[in-house]
Amino acid sequence: MALSKFKPASFDLTDNYAFTGTTTGATGTNQLVLIKTLTASSSGDLTFVNGASSVVLDNTYKTYLFKFINIHASGDEVDLQVGFRDGGSAYDATKTTTYFEAIHDEGDSTAQVSYIDGLDIAQGTGFQTILRYLGNDNDESSSGEMYLFNPSSTTFVKNFMSESITLTTNGYVNHLHVSGYCNVTAAIDAVQFKMSSGNVDSGTIKLYGIL
Amino acid sequence: MAFGEVGTALSKIKSPAVNLADTFAFSGTVTGFDKTPLTLLSTFTSDGSDDNATFNSSLITSTFDEYLFIFNNIHPETDGAELTFNVSIDNGSNYNIAKTSTAFWSEQVESGGGQLQYRTGQDSAQGTGEQIIMNDLGNGNDEAGAGVMRLFNPSSTTFVKHFICRHQYYHFGSANGNTAGYAIDNYTTGYANTTSAINNIRFIMSSGEIQGGTISLFGVA
Repeated sequence: MALSKFKPASFDLTDNYAFTGTTTGATGTNQLVLIKTLTASSSGDLTFVNGASSVVLDNTYKTYLFKFINIHASGDEVDLQVGFRDGGSAYDATKTTTYFEAIHDEGDSTAQVSYIDGLDIAQGTGFQTILRYLGNDNDESSSGEMYLFNPSSTTFVKNFMSESITLTTNGYVNHLHVSGYCNVTAAIDAVQFKMSSGNVDSGTIKLYGIL
Repeated sequence: MAFGEVGTALSKIKSPAVNLADTFAFSGTVTGFDKTPLTLLSTFTSDGSDDNATFNSSLITSTFDEYLFIFNNIHPETDGAELTFNVSIDNGSNYNIAKTSTAFWSEQVESGGGQLQYRTGQDSAQGTGEQIIMNDLGNGNDEAGAGVMRLFNPSSTTFVKHFICRHQYYHFGSANGNTAGYAIDNYTTGYANTTSAINNIRFIMSSGEIQGGTISLFGVA
């Protein structure tokens, strides 16, 4: 017989309860799920691998969102770059990307939006710059986000798009847009971020799943 | 152990002792659930004649490292008015923080003709005044703007404060010799150049009042 009511004080609704099982129903309206937060501390890279350290990067979600908060570099004039793993251990999935940025300096001498040849990729396997020209002064950092769509597909290429804001090493604001696709039909099961030179000194990268 | 036994911790409930289809109102702290990363903190709803929309230090705190503003149906009193914002480190006593920003948009005129252009004059180079995020709004009855703005880690006392804005709106029709309106996809991004914590943000029209619309503030965990 189902229990319809607890006796007084048998189940205190003001107490704290730590659920360790699988909870269904209660999160039905939660469309954005925080999966993992990595906090840099002089880190050579920040890597999200499906199945490792509670990271989910598979067909559980159709869309994944990475958030970058105050990414700070150890080196000066460096970029944060991304690579995708499509099998094996290397982050070398072939990519074709676009790259444009708006820049404006504190002295008001340069203000423009432009496409940058050379920072895009045409069927290359190298890492793609997504945060540009970071400085290592104490107050310099970068924030932004990157969407990765349907990484587990074995039918389609894997689209991604990013947008970021950086206080650059020379007193510019850099508003960067990078989009493209991994030109592979193998599933992407891991994503790695690292600096073009030196370490990620501090900052956080959060991974969300979007239902 | 019987249900209702006072002073004894309950470790397990036999199935089907609890009907999971029922509604339980927990007032304590429940851990272990997937918390929603998006928390609605406040919604400003214009009453039709607002001087400004302000989110103060009770909302802009260290609780979240990202704040998301969503704008809907922003409607100005004055044709050609600009929606702007400024930030404060003293909960609104002063709005005078230097900002450096970029601004560009893509536009399409109703009569045809699209382009992408950098918007000198909408950007800022260490200016302490209002930052434009929607330029030349129309005030026709059906004209309004919408968009999103993200403010990162405003409570930091180490870094400058990044913001990223994207707005889509109806640009008033009588600009640049045109009589038709424009669709504007406007991008404004930059940083408030302070290492003091920001605890207040104010949105205000460059001329006239905010006559309609909502601005919702979310914390992003």
